[in-house]
Amino acid sequence: MSNHDPNKETLFQKMQKTQVFRAIFRTGGAIDTHKKRVLVTLNNVFLHLHPVRLPKHAVKVKYTWCMGGLSFFVFLVLTITGILLMFYYRPTVEYAYGDVTDLSEQVPLGIMREIHRWAAHLMVITVWLHMFRVFMTGSYKPPREFNWIVGVILLILTMLMSFTGYLLPWDQLAIWAITVGANMAAATPVIGTAGPGASLLAIGDVNFVHGTADAKFAMLGGRFVGEAALIRFYVLHCIGLPFVMMLFMIVHFWRVRKDGGISGPT
Amino acid sequence: MIESIKLFINQITAPQISFTAIILLFFFIFPPSEGLYKFHKKIGLHKLWTNAGGKFMMGALFLFFCFGIMDENFRLIVTKADNVPIVGLLFLVVFFLWFALKQGYDNDKRIEEGKGPIEAEDAKEKVLVWPDLVYIELIAIVGCSILLLVWAMGLAAPLEAPANPTVSPNPSKAPWYFLGLQEMLVYFDPWIAGVLFPAIIKLGFMAIPFIDNNPKGAGYYTFNERKMAISIFLFLWLVLWIFLISTGTFLRGPNWNFFGPFEYWDTHKLEALTNINLSELVYMIWLGQALPDNILIREMWGFLLIGAYFVITPALLTVTIFKKVFQRLGPVRYSVFIVLLLLACSLPIKMYLRWAFNIKYLVAIPEFFFNI
Repeated sequence: MSNHDPNKETLFQKMQKTQVFRAIFRTGGAIDTHKKRVLVTLNNVFLHLHPVRLPKHAVKVKYTWCMGGLSFFVFLVLTITGILLMFYYRPTVEYAYGDVTDLSEQVPLGIMREIHRWAAHLMVITVWLHMFRVFMTGSYKPPREFNWIVGVILLILTMLMSFTGYLLPWDQLAIWAITVGANMAAATPVIGTAGPGASLLAIGDVNFVHGTADAKFAMLGGRFVGEAALIRFYVLHCIGLPFVMMLFMIVHFWRVRKDGGISGPT
Repeated sequence: MIESIKLFINQITAPQISFTAIILLFFFIFPPSEGLYKFHKKIGLHKLWTNAGGKFMMGALFLFFCFGIMDENFRLIVTKADNVPIVGLLFLVVFFLWFALKQGYDNDKRIEEGKGPIEAEDAKEKVLVWPDLVYIELIAIVGCSILLLVWAMGLAAPLEAPANPTVSPNPSKAPWYFLGLQEMLVYFDPWIAGVLFPAIIKLGFMAIPFIDNNPKGAGYYTFNERKMAISIFLFLWLVLWIFLISTGTFLRGPNWNFFGPFEYWDTHKLEALTNINLSELVYMIWLGQALPDNILIREMWGFLLIGAYFVITPALLTVTIFKKVFQRLGPVRYSVFIVLLLLACSLPIKMYLRWAFNIKYLVAIPEFFFNI
């Protein structure tokens, strides 16, 4: 059987020489020289998030735990499954629950909602562990203070994303969990009806903070969790928060590089 | 025999006992000061952060869940679809805690011997991103995808009855990552537990790099060089966050009553509500008279107590155990640090006031929704 000729080109090697392949991959050909290994990182828009060379400790799993990278990967998984879910889901009190049951009973390969939900939980966990790793390696110390702040904001956004998504299945679990959260908003000092100083914002007898104008009402678009709350949470979950999150992620990744790459002993 | 073990575990998991045990043990396991660190080594607690210690902790946790899962009530709460991630979180937190501290203690030993942290040795060598990092990322991505696929195929996402605003489930729980806040609601009013504390937590976390001015321990694992910072951080993260989330998830049943892990969630479990406000304690019980009509006089004691907490405690701390900390941080950093620390400690203090004296509010002005 062994008629392997080392000088004979394999199909893959032939393919690498075609005009199409070379048009797509600028580095082209087999990545077998030091120069090409450098170029492949520089020429690829995704890989150039990384520097070309790293100190060895920085690629070790025991140092990084991969948690930051995995948080980003899980975010991408959530984006993709989220887009797929949006094809089936209508954010109205009338249809939401039915669409979710249809999703698991009628749609072929209907585990997108499962992947989406578990990935959401996983992302909260990976982000926490990433924060823990960054703390334990003292990576928030100068010059990386600002990136730690951006990280805390991303952590908060992750939890808000998860919180807004919690309402969308429109089942008992969803509306009562959001009700618990919304009641806390009503207790916001000064701008919540059940918060201390609710009567401070007033001119004479005219009170500006009341049942239809306070923090809870702003959050739900109503006095209780209903149609308006559903559309608010849906838009925030699918467009608003991901948009803000992308902005902060861009800054986060940029600053990792600008602050001198991943932390290490000096 | 097994029943009595379960009964015993039900008893000791009550927050009064488990929380006290954790607080007492905490500063010996994660000593913030040189003296406690020496004692911690003397009694051998540093051995937790060796391979044997790691196997012991993971094994103990695993055995506990194996033992528990045979019990119907335990199984019911642990295998509830949305609770599964938190069981995973517990294992991950213990593992990574060990993983970080083991490397920290190993490095401390190297530093003691004058060799510098292991990361410094690794860092001398440079590697190319392609292929050295790219293939690690690929493996991590494939592993994570497999995990998610298996998890998604094996466990259905929860979907309960359609939303019904007229039927509220008992208990109504927030999403699991907010259960620490919901657990605080037992001890504080919503404006503190749900608004003030979350805001302080966020700002406090953002302030960490500006408070901690210790230049050591940047870019490598260590414990000895950053004892105090790590100890405080772990207290906030493990005790006041992960522990409260676990309690809120696994041990709070109908009417937010406490239920041991092997206890049946009885909707009719009655807990005596004997909580009183500080003003009632002072005037009605100690002085034996009616509450004064003037709100400020009525709540004077609470205000005095809180004022003293935020004025006298820092002063006392500054001249005693935090003397060196004050010198190192300087007045501005130190003020921010001490206010945040006192705010964080107010949670356990309020918990003990509740358990010991049934205190509901220190300052109770329901007229203005102002209760502390």
